[in-house]
Amino acid sequence: MRYSGMRILAEGLTGNRGWGPAWRTPEPRPAYDIVIIGGGGHGLSTAYYLARNHGLKNIAVLEKGYLGSGNIGRNTTIVRANYFLPGNSEFYSHSLKLWEGLERELNYNVMHSQRGLINLFHSDGQRDAFARRGNAMINQGDDAILLDRDGVRAMLPYLDFEQTRFPIYGGLYHPRGGTARHDAVAWGYARGADRLGVDLIQNCEVTGIDIAGGRVTGVQTTRGAIRAGKVGIVVAGRSGQVAAMAGLRLPVESHILQAFVTEGLKPAIDHVISFGMGHFYISQSDKGGLVFGGDLDFYASYASRGNLPMVEHVMEAGMTLMPMIGRAKVLRSWGGIMDMTPDGSPIIDRTPVDGLFIDCGWNYGGFKAVPASGWCMAHLMATGTPHEVARRFRLDRFATGHILDEEGTGSQHNLH
Amino acid sequence: MRIPCPHCGTRDRREFYYYGADDYLRRPAADAAPAAWDAYLHLRDNPAGRLRDLWYHEPCGSWIAVDRDTVSHDIHGAVAVADLGGGRT
Ligand SMILES: Cc1cc2nc3c(=O)[nH]c(=O)nc-3n(C[C@H](O)[C@H](O)[C@H](O)COP(=O)(O)OP(=O)(O)OC[C@H]3O[C@@H](n4cnc5c(N)ncnc54)[C@H](O)[C@@H]3O)c2cc1C
Ligand SMILES: [Zn+2]
Repeated sequence: MRYSGMRILAEGLTGNRGWGPAWRTPEPRPAYDIVIIGGGGHGLSTAYYLARNHGLKNIAVLEKGYLGSGNIGRNTTIVRANYFLPGNSEFYSHSLKLWEGLERELNYNVMHSQRGLINLFHSDGQRDAFARRGNAMINQGDDAILLDRDGVRAMLPYLDFEQTRFPIYGGLYHPRGGTARHDAVAWGYARGADRLGVDLIQNCEVTGIDIAGGRVTGVQTTRGAIRAGKVGIVVAGRSGQVAAMAGLRLPVESHILQAFVTEGLKPAIDHVISFGMGHFYISQSDKGGLVFGGDLDFYASYASRGNLPMVEHVMEAGMTLMPMIGRAKVLRSWGGIMDMTPDGSPIIDRTPVDGLFIDCGWNYGGFKAVPASGWCMAHLMATGTPHEVARRFRLDRFATGHILDEEGTGSQHNLH
Repeated sequence: MRIPCPHCGTRDRREFYYYGADDYLRRPAADAAPAAWDAYLHLRDNPAGRLRDLWYHEPCGSWIAVDRDTVSHDIHGAVAVADLGGGRT
């Protein structure tokens, strides 16, 4: 069924009896040409573009829980293309362009809102670094405007500009940055993939990867063995465990990132604001809740919940930046498992096992990457060669020294 | 989370800096093959469950190896890295 304004009107007038499920619930078949492990944003977009861009049929996505139960439904929904390093820059630029046509492409409302992102700076040195980043963004064909303090004040009058710890010098404004509704992105790709014939199999945990003569032949699951010509591992925070099923050790350590949301309030914060110096960022959801977060908890964890010291730290940073939010009540907080790499950049590559591919290492920035990651992973799996904009996301780059350390913080998993 | 320092007793997590899995204690020989150095610096088992990882206790200035569950956050003990034989195991 195509979704449209007319359809909503017609259904509204006839008791909403015509809506059906957005995708099928098929039984797993004994064999597929391609199996994607993981039904998060990246797994679903990979399956979608395998069918859409490469005309492939006979694809299954195997998800251990329900679709969108992982990080795709836990993130703070920021979509941006403000990267600096060659390798990252062209990839996120490609992704943002895909975002800008995504709703039409999927016939699904992902509530993509280009409300603008402002990264604050607090010293002359940081201003220089942001000016340089802005130039890199413009060279890449994206948009960036360097705002001085008055420029920021005109847009965000409610910030505490005079705070003694980190007085605000200005901000780098990325007008095309913004947010999207996270689970709608999973649902939109799921529905799109299903309509192109992809089998989405939920409650199906992969427990083993079958390899014969150096080539992948299928997977073992909680719903039986499934043979496959090619297999893609797209499991974000669980990458280490699933790769271990194929005897691989990854440059990945899983860490916890927390997020918070307040009660719904009248519209007050019109942009996405990032206060990197204080480890805090915030936006307001369409429901009115203030959505905010900070840094990792900084220790390896699979707990899906964090510890109180980081809660306190994030609240303090928020109060430093914008005391006006002090009386908003926090309704919920949660954590997600982040697949951290030593340089903070992702991996989309072949593995040493023939026919086995991996897409991982998204750190805390993989939501904005969902369209381009699926696009590039599908290209790699279908053609056997890396896509132009993802060719530096190599699995062996730590061994060869071709690292992509966007933040310049060094070779330790929790520092990015 | 509270972490037992062998010297100071059980202390608030905020007194500690995190370094990562104890792979860092198994430093390859200076002339080891590049693959050994890559594994030492970058590759991790990354278990969901028991892990021994390294924390620095700032007040007493010592590195400790903590036996910790990454799923439940339970801590099953800690030893001073200095007691592990010259920092190597
Ligand atoms: C609090 C928080 C805030 C964030 N904020 C942002 C942000 O503002 N902007 C941004 O760009 N990014 C953000 N991120 C990061 C982003 O959410 C992730 O990088 C991205 O969602 C990861 O890719 P995914 O969607 O495919 O992961 P997931 O949704 O986690 O998908 C992986 C799937 O694999 C499944 N799986 C695992 N093991 C198996 C198995 N053995 N068999 C079958 N299935 C399996 C899991 O159940 C899961 O559904 C944030 C993350 C968190 C936690
Ligand atoms: Zn101590």
